[in-house]
Amino acid sequence: MNKIIEKKQISEEVFRFQIEAPLIAEECQPGQFIILQISEEGERIPLTIADSDNKQGSITLIFQTVGKTTHLLAELEEEDKILNLVGPLGKPTHIENFGTVVGVGGGIGVAPLYPIAKALKAAGNKLIIIIGARTKELVILEDEMKTIADEIIICTDDGSYGRKALVTEPLKELCERAKKPDLVTAIGPPIMMKFCSETTRPYGVSTVVSLNTIMVDGTGMCGGCRVTVGGKTQFVCVDGPEFDGHLVDFDNMMHRLNSYKKRESSDHEQCHLEMEIKKRKNKQDAPKQ
Amino acid sequence: MLPSNNHLTPKERLAIPPQEMPSQDPAKRKTNMSEVALGYTQEQAQFEAMRCIQCKNTPCITGCPVQIDIPGFVKAIADGDNKKSIDIIKKNSLLPAVCGRVCPQETQCQAPCTIGKSLKDVNKAVSIGRLERYVSDWERNNGMIATPSVKKETGKKVAVIGSGPAGITVAADVRREGHAVTMFEAFHKTGGVMVYGIPEFRLPKKMVKEEIDTLEKMGVEIKRNFVVGRTRKVIDLMKKDGFDSIFIGTGAGLPRFMNIEGENLVGVFSANEYLTRSNLMRAYDKKKSHTPIFDSRKVGVFGGGNVAMDAARTAIRLGAEEVHLIYRRTEIEMPARVEEVHHAKEEGIIFHLLQNAKRILGDDKGHVKTIECLKYELGEPDDSGRRRPVVIEGSEFTIDLDTVIVAIGNDSNPLIKQTTPDLKTNKWGNLVADENGKTSIDGIYAGGDIVLGAATVILAMGQGRIAAKSINDYLKTKK
Repeated sequence: MNKIIEKKQISEEVFRFQIEAPLIAEECQPGQFIILQISEEGERIPLTIADSDNKQGSITLIFQTVGKTTHLLAELEEEDKILNLVGPLGKPTHIENFGTVVGVGGGIGVAPLYPIAKALKAAGNKLIIIIGARTKELVILEDEMKTIADEIIICTDDGSYGRKALVTEPLKELCERAKKPDLVTAIGPPIMMKFCSETTRPYGVSTVVSLNTIMVDGTGMCGGCRVTVGGKTQFVCVDGPEFDGHLVDFDNMMHRLNSYKKRESSDHEQCHLEMEIKKRKNKQDAPKQ
Repeated sequence: MLPSNNHLTPKERLAIPPQEMPSQDPAKRKTNMSEVALGYTQEQAQFEAMRCIQCKNTPCITGCPVQIDIPGFVKAIADGDNKKSIDIIKKNSLLPAVCGRVCPQETQCQAPCTIGKSLKDVNKAVSIGRLERYVSDWERNNGMIATPSVKKETGKKVAVIGSGPAGITVAADVRREGHAVTMFEAFHKTGGVMVYGIPEFRLPKKMVKEEIDTLEKMGVEIKRNFVVGRTRKVIDLMKKDGFDSIFIGTGAGLPRFMNIEGENLVGVFSANEYLTRSNLMRAYDKKKSHTPIFDSRKVGVFGGGNVAMDAARTAIRLGAEEVHLIYRRTEIEMPARVEEVHHAKEEGIIFHLLQNAKRILGDDKGHVKTIECLKYELGEPDDSGRRRPVVIEGSEFTIDLDTVIVAIGNDSNPLIKQTTPDLKTNKWGNLVADENGKTSIDGIYAGGDIVLGAATVILAMGQGRIAAKSINDYLKTKK
């Protein structure tokens, strides 16, 4: 059982948990993930490690409430324990001095990008960060990224903060610079990673993407996470999670991610209903002043 | 009326009809997850045991991977002495309740049985498996399971990686000698394939849990959610954590696919994934479990082993209207237990023999829509001694499906190999271990599917026994 040391709500739907996990903190490297289950009947879900502190023996998870499990997870408080937590899983990111690296983080994808960007910077790379979000409220880790990035570009879909643009727009401009990037690492929604890969392809800029697929065990046993990369089947949990973005069959991956869409949507609705009921009940129960 | 076991002539024994084991009605069991086979009554067990003529040359023992004294335990049942019977089994097998249920007896102990040979039908051999099951259930139901005694602590530490049949055996045998044992399991539940793979209707999970409880009572420490190779490297268990010896029993655990078109469409699953969702994550309990499982109407299962039967029968229980089992050889070559094939047919699984999928076709949303199959005929025997299926050119035909479950076996899991470079593996990625279970690294032993490739519970247990003895010997000499 792993204790939640600190809980912070970053935005309406995004939470940051610092969790006691000394063994994982000792072994984990950028790019790796964990799987957790919060109740006996709960689902096992993969979440990328956003940061770790070996001295304190803790890891940081940043997640968005998108499904039943993440909603229930968000309801846990400091001192509560996570029933099952296993990791670090997946192959660590390959870190070296490539030259100039562009890190593109979309939405919650900025969280897993952070430790990778930090390691790339430490390896001597020039680091350019592009953060993309739907709206200002959903821009995360801006301050943290600022401390490591040589250049930072923020885009929002609605123009409420930074540039009103999709991340692919500044990415294209960077590829058109006299000295184009040596590597792009893009992490975010599949559709964003797909279009980042399409943006860099004509310029021949190597592009790494980190995939977050459906998983059960995370050790290669179930094969639920499989994706087609360069025409071959690969398991995200043991062969990835990072792959060459120019070779990933994103359309197939997106279809596969929707395998349980019907059940997920109804669960999500149910979650919000229950939360609303709880809120109203709490209001009623609150002592009258 | 039960005759006395003492005065039966061989001829009279041969005349006793083979005892059928009662089972749940097929129509009823299709709608539940409870165990299909119900087990012998005491009278049935005694009748069945009396069929044994106690051959001097004991062919059944030769057929048993762990050489249980089969005539001995069978005779004890016939004599009405169940306690003596289970004690005899337990000298060689730690998991009789499991093995009685899942061993392929008709190709092991029951294959050379003299009774079966005399009656010219292997299925009429003495039902050794059912008797083993009967007497182990008797022991449990009567609260007779005792915790094995543990010798004085030696101060030596042994790590057991994996909590399946091989690991459980090693943990028990090594702990008995007084060594401290820590068992590591990647999942949140222990039991390995017996928990994530074999369904409740074939092996009730409480039996596996009892075995683990016994280990804990013996003082074995269990660490769940611990992936050796990732959470800790194998070598670090020795270097950082001070383990004196290690047993690796991580199983096969990397599902094989057919490498045909359409295998990554939505609705195609490995049997491992499908069964893990249902068994380990309890997705069959749709109201309670948060883990989703695919809502299937028409299912195709590829393969002819026990796992294929398990997947097909799980799909039926989850409400599929039609389940097609597609196997490219004939029923004779099917590696599944005869009883499972029989049960699957009773439950309405449609068998397509000498047929195999050529490709899987999807709709515009990337979902499985149909499969294209080819027909086969049997040719010359191949390396495995089974007649090789040969494709009949131009025999393509289609079956409309929404779900495909691939159950054609497992390759060895790459995690330990990837993270332990000094550990020797063969060309299939299995760990190389000698006849004593010793690997290429001093102090590290291995057994079960990670060495054998996908095999059986009993073989894994047998290898565990041997490795445990090697570990105990190794620790005697190690300072």
